[in-house]
Amino acid sequence: MIGDPPPGKSDQHGNPGELIAPGQTYAGITGRITSIPLAKQPPRAWYFGFAIGFALLMMLFLAVTWLLVKGVGIWGINMPVAWGFAIVNFVWWIGIGHAGTFISAILLLLFQQWRTGINRFTEAMTLFAVACAGIFPLLHLGRPWVFWWILPYPDTMGLWPQFRSPLVWDVFAVSTYFTVSLLFWYLGLLPDLASVRDMAETPLKRKIYGFFALGWRGSAAHWQRHQSAYLLLAGLAAPLVLSVHSVVSFDFSVAIVPGWHSTIFPPYFVAGAIFSGFAMVLNIIIPIRKLYRLEGFITTRYLNNMANIMLVTGEMVAYGYLIEAFMAWYSGDKFEEYMMHNRAFGPYGWVFWGLMVLNVAVPQLLWSRRVRTNTVLLFLVAFAINIGMWVERFVIVITSLQRDFMPSAWGMYTPTAWDWATLAGTVGLFLTLLFLFIRFVPMISISETRELVAEPKKIPA
Amino acid sequence: MAQIFNQSANTISRVGILCALLALSGTGWIAAEVFWSPYTTMVGVPREQPVPFSHKHHVDGLGIDCRYCHVSAETSRFAGVPPTDTCMTCHSQLWKQAAMLEPVRQSLATGKAIRWNRVNDLPDFVYFDHSIHVNKGIGCVSCHGQVDQMPLTWKQNTLYMKWCLDCHRAPEKEIRPRDEVFDMKWRKPADQEKAGRELLTAYHVQTSRLTNCSVCHR
Amino acid sequence: MPMNRHDHHPISETEDSGRIDISRIRRRLEEMHGLNYWRSLDEIAGTPEFQDFLHREFPSAASELKDEVSRRHFLKIMGASLALTGMAACTRQPVEKIVPYVKQPPELVPGKPLHYATTALLDGFATGILVTTHEGRPTKIEGNPDHPINLGATTAFGQAMVLDLYDPDRAQTVLNAGKPASWEAFLSVMNLEMRAQREKKGAGLRILSGCVTSPVFHSQMRALLAAFPLAKWCQREPVGLDTVRLGAQIAFGRAVETLYNFEKADVILALDADFLSTHPASLRYARQFSTRRRPDTADGMNRLYVAEPSSSITGAMADHRLSLAAGGIEALASALAHRLGLPGDDGGAGEHGGWIAAVAADLKRAAGRSAVIAGKGQPASVHALVHWINGALGNAGKTVVYTNAFDSELVNGMESLKKLVADIESGSADMLVMLGGNPVYDAPVDIDFSKALEKLKMCVRLGVDENETSRFCHWHIPAAHELESWGDARAFDGTVSITQPLIEPLYGGKTPLELIDALLRQPTRNSYTIVRDYWSAQNLPDFEKTWRKALSDGFIAGTAFETIAVTSAEPARTSNIRPGGGLELVFRPDPSVWDGRFVNNAWLQELPRPFTKLTWDNAALISPALAQREQLQNGDVVELEFRGRTLRIPVWILPGQAENSVTLHLGYGRQKTGRVGTGTGFNAYALRTSDALWFGSGLQIRKTGETYPFSTTQRHFNVEGRDIIREGTWQEFQSDPHFMSARTEPEPGRDDTLYSPDEFKYTGYKWGMSIDLNTCIGCNTCAIACQAENNIPTVGKDQVARGREMHWIRVDAYYRGGLDDPEISHQPVPCMHCENAPCEVVCPVGATVHDDEGLNMQVYNRCIGTRYCSNNCPYKVRRFNFLEFNAGMTSVQKMVKNPDVTVRSRGVMEKCTYCTQRINAARITAEKEDRKIRDGELVTACQAACPAEAIVFGDLNDPASRVSKLRAQPLSYGMLGELNTRPRTSYLGKLRNPNPEMKS
Repeated sequence: MIGDPPPGKSDQHGNPGELIAPGQTYAGITGRITSIPLAKQPPRAWYFGFAIGFALLMMLFLAVTWLLVKGVGIWGINMPVAWGFAIVNFVWWIGIGHAGTFISAILLLLFQQWRTGINRFTEAMTLFAVACAGIFPLLHLGRPWVFWWILPYPDTMGLWPQFRSPLVWDVFAVSTYFTVSLLFWYLGLLPDLASVRDMAETPLKRKIYGFFALGWRGSAAHWQRHQSAYLLLAGLAAPLVLSVHSVVSFDFSVAIVPGWHSTIFPPYFVAGAIFSGFAMVLNIIIPIRKLYRLEGFITTRYLNNMANIMLVTGEMVAYGYLIEAFMAWYSGDKFEEYMMHNRAFGPYGWVFWGLMVLNVAVPQLLWSRRVRTNTVLLFLVAFAINIGMWVERFVIVITSLQRDFMPSAWGMYTPTAWDWATLAGTVGLFLTLLFLFIRFVPMISISETRELVAEPKKIPA
Repeated sequence: MAQIFNQSANTISRVGILCALLALSGTGWIAAEVFWSPYTTMVGVPREQPVPFSHKHHVDGLGIDCRYCHVSAETSRFAGVPPTDTCMTCHSQLWKQAAMLEPVRQSLATGKAIRWNRVNDLPDFVYFDHSIHVNKGIGCVSCHGQVDQMPLTWKQNTLYMKWCLDCHRAPEKEIRPRDEVFDMKWRKPADQEKAGRELLTAYHVQTSRLTNCSVCHR
Repeated sequence: MPMNRHDHHPISETEDSGRIDISRIRRRLEEMHGLNYWRSLDEIAGTPEFQDFLHREFPSAASELKDEVSRRHFLKIMGASLALTGMAACTRQPVEKIVPYVKQPPELVPGKPLHYATTALLDGFATGILVTTHEGRPTKIEGNPDHPINLGATTAFGQAMVLDLYDPDRAQTVLNAGKPASWEAFLSVMNLEMRAQREKKGAGLRILSGCVTSPVFHSQMRALLAAFPLAKWCQREPVGLDTVRLGAQIAFGRAVETLYNFEKADVILALDADFLSTHPASLRYARQFSTRRRPDTADGMNRLYVAEPSSSITGAMADHRLSLAAGGIEALASALAHRLGLPGDDGGAGEHGGWIAAVAADLKRAAGRSAVIAGKGQPASVHALVHWINGALGNAGKTVVYTNAFDSELVNGMESLKKLVADIESGSADMLVMLGGNPVYDAPVDIDFSKALEKLKMCVRLGVDENETSRFCHWHIPAAHELESWGDARAFDGTVSITQPLIEPLYGGKTPLELIDALLRQPTRNSYTIVRDYWSAQNLPDFEKTWRKALSDGFIAGTAFETIAVTSAEPARTSNIRPGGGLELVFRPDPSVWDGRFVNNAWLQELPRPFTKLTWDNAALISPALAQREQLQNGDVVELEFRGRTLRIPVWILPGQAENSVTLHLGYGRQKTGRVGTGTGFNAYALRTSDALWFGSGLQIRKTGETYPFSTTQRHFNVEGRDIIREGTWQEFQSDPHFMSARTEPEPGRDDTLYSPDEFKYTGYKWGMSIDLNTCIGCNTCAIACQAENNIPTVGKDQVARGREMHWIRVDAYYRGGLDDPEISHQPVPCMHCENAPCEVVCPVGATVHDDEGLNMQVYNRCIGTRYCSNNCPYKVRRFNFLEFNAGMTSVQKMVKNPDVTVRSRGVMEKCTYCTQRINAARITAEKEDRKIRDGELVTACQAACPAEAIVFGDLNDPASRVSKLRAQPLSYGMLGELNTRPRTSYLGKLRNPNPEMKS
């Protein structure tokens, strides 16, 4: 894992090794963070961002309505490419949803303090990403009203779902992940909601925040239970980080399609997920941090550490690509060989090379600490990685299906305007939820940040 | 500072959680009830007809055999609904003036068919074949119930897929000797299951494939 | 079955107002929506409009119940149309009506289909078909196994005709100057017209029809021409057999027909002759040919040489194919004649000398057991040469037999058409009666037929559809569809086949017989009476019995022409034949829309053309070499200039096309046709002149820079070295029957699977299919037969372009060898019904599952449309309803649907089921009789239609079944077997029989 430089000291590049800017007081922290949700008016930039998100969200409604009216025929999918954007986007969003639980749960269990400033934020992001992901399996059917046939329940037909199908596993994996993430997030939020309640001036706000604070009084008993529950949930969530994307990868690796049927998929997908998750965190945190002047709480140190993680997972993903190509050659399987060749030099070759640039070449910049600590560069790298990870899923889904076993059945895939609208639409949903979150919920964990001030070296018990 | 939750909140929340659980399972239960209730299944609900035809009178009272009207039950997938002139074979002599038979006389005179309301109606993607059931010793009663006791005909069974499967999974429970198929009075013997299994072998019923989807869906 | 005289169609008595009711009903039906639209038939049966319509249309319904003819009454369609399909789902079902008959026709058992034998026509020649009707609705065509031409098979056209019957764009009313009129009004007008004609001995009267072989019609025409001695009858087909007849005339000095017996032929040379698919007897020829392509055939495998300008079905079967300009064929034939000791011109051989020498040697070796055939696209002189060559080889009377001609005197359609137009121009002809046909569209472009029509005083057309020609007619009479008509016709071997109606004319159509009768006498007789009267006068032995037999058989046994001995005229010395230089333009009938008559048939339009896999379009087929020279890509629009006329049309590069030949398929670019055909393709007739009906040199081609989007169903024609299609030579096979399997990697063991290999025991039946690549000629008939049987929707050009065609069985084409002269192999691909089916394990709801007879079933009403199964299908045989492809069908169109097969709605996956509905029907019949299904008792739709008997289906647990035997053959293999899918559909590897003396 990422080793922390001894706190207090600055590294040779002279950037603060501190997890929190010096000179913070309990009251200061509480006041500073609660002031954001309690502010009468959000900054102008907030309106701007929210407007964009909302507009895209409306486009999503339009695209979905048309889909329900006409059917999946409005998309670019066909025979042989029967899976298209819906699946690509699903996997992409689920992946993004990984950073949150990773940071909050795994780092917590590993006693990494540098999660404090960002965990709240990433957990929220996780929830929204999984929400976006969750839409796609439904839309993918074109007839969402029959989705529940996948669920096991005693029906009038005396039938059960087919448990051999990875799609059934997906349902359980994703829904579990969402539930646990939601609980984890809310549990962590309780003390802070209480703080907001206490800082609120108007009775209405007091009532609302008070309601959600579930009567938190901050008594020792509360804290004791809170901490144990928090750890327990962390223990629950940690394996989920690994399981969810492993299960999602089964959708592919269980199939016989060349380019899907591969045992490396689970680890390779999980690494990719965390890779993209952190990229998304950075893409959001860097502007917000600037906008709300939170450099004091989200110090460069956080960015540096996250960049390190991206670097590591990025190398794992690159290794995955390498092994895929190697196995295609080493297996001596003519279908695998052709698949790899087609990926690199077939009609979608340019997409593949784009992927190599975005996901393999660009992240190498992170070796340089200057890049890791330069917000602008870091933002750009993270952005490239986000695009890259989407492209990766496109390459896996499309180029594998496009030319599989029967040359006579080979085809092409061209996304339609509706495909793009649905993708952009979910981005809109994500942004909308995100902006509502930073407007009304303390986006940095007050209580945990205060712990940093109290005894920087103490670990949460 | 002011608390909006007082002590009672704990109790309230506990009760609340309990209620939530109850509500959840409750809705499930209600849904199931609705699905299995006569409102949806129409089981036991006498169906209005243009002519109030009484199976009770014709079958039980007069002892007319099913096949007199449902001619193709043994030969076709469709048991057959009697054409108007079948009714008129008798009713040109009996009850010639009866008002309730006016639609029948009309039909014959004008050549316009009588439009009955279907009682036993399977979804269109289900391919049920009367002849094979009849030929393999499944009695009319097994699906249609004691039609001879129905003044106005109603649906005896849900005709849900589960109901079909119950029998297709264990046909020995329902199968009867071929020549008893149309007998309304036939009752299952005490050793039905045993006798049933013998009949199954006697009639070469391939029980293994009765639950294959392709048996009913095409 | 006894036929009753009463087949009189009431519309002729009543006002035609009944028709207005129909349109109202149709409108009402179109308002009805919902997945359960099939119910609308029952619902509609009750609407007062409909009842009124019925009772005005069929007042006689009550009076004629005892007779079998009444089965055809429209009323019966409406009666008890119960188990009609449609995907109605979900909780509370609406109350359905059940509509019994008032009086039930005795032969009809509701729920049981009936089959009747009748006749289908193409260019006047009969083929025998069996029609399946459900409660009075014709829904499916099969070949008549007893008919001497069909031998049980059908053509793609035969399969598709049932769709034409329900075509909503059919002519539906008698039109006078474009306004609705009545048949009676027409009759009274004709009365006057004919009286006028009678005075001048019919000098002004002309009848224009297609080629007619019907004895009844001929007798009528004799009567007509007797009554009007100066009247003239012109028989003409746009793609007729003129050249064939003229050739025979030259060779034998008299009109004869030529009939081949390829079963006896060891060596066959086809000169631009597509005898396997576009000949009137092609069904029979294909059967004969295929019996000699099977590796286990007794008399050894035959060898086929083909020389042709552009790839044809026959060419693809050749062991040696020479792509040669159509204009070069005559030189080749002449050179061949020379080598066979006939007065020929050897100079014409050119660079093909070696080829010709080898062929000549091979033919000589097989003298008396060889056959040479020329195509109708070749001039009479070539046909004459071929006759002489066959004579010289001693094939006459053995592999080639001659019979009397259909018409005693020579019929030359082109000449009589010219004469007709001349007469009209000169004013000597003033009244024209057209029986079908569309000369305004398909007459040679140098003959201005429409101008001639405008000169006429009286012009009448009888036609099933309104087309370019109708516009110029004073009277347009809706014709009865073949499935609505009484009539007769001769098959190519002369056998008289009877046409009997399966359904009362939907729109009160008339038959040609009735129209001619109306010209002769009034009151008119109905066609049933006409046909029966004629044949009862033919002093057949025990008429009643013969007649009934004829009606149930579909043909009159023993009416085939007797073979005659012909004495050939002195072979003319053909001298110095040289093909015209430069580019050559070749015309061919389109494989799907023929001469244009099928352009409104969606099944045929969407049927992928052989080789190109084009749908919904025709193209200018060019050779790769020409494409290179002119820098052309598929879809580039070019301007063709031919004899002063031009046509803009996109090109398609066809490997195997003769370098300097450009082939145009006729029949597209129609101006006036129905909703389906309008705006499809490009009109090749615009370049077709009377002096170059089939080909001509002097073509100019110019690239315009525009491009045009084509829709094809196959984009990649290279097998990429995969073990998908196995090929070899007969010589290899003889040395080692197992040579193929020796080449390929073995299948994995049965247990190499995660799941229990014994999950299914297959103790009862074990269904399997074997497809013989040696005999498959790639004619696509299986695909369209499957479409008709399984309610497969058409999706339209745009959806095909997106890769969403729905055919359950497709015919893949793979090219091998050089671009200019590749070997082409066809491979029909239905569902493989794998024993370890990859699709089954991935479906989350178990909508595609195995049954214990090995069927891989698709349960439509359980499918939620994840499409995972399709991804995991290595054969990509699954089809998905991306949109509601059955939307917007009119009530009449819906009648074509097979009630035994569910109509799939949007969002549902579907695929080949091995015709599970037929399996179930057969099983139920068998089980009721407490027996097993007999081998051959149960055939799938594709199998039944296949002219070459390449598809065999049956029980693999029965060692005696044909399919088991085929599986045991050394050539048998399972496609992509290395994936351990254990396919139930297996193939027999393709063997060719090359001439060792010939390289390539």
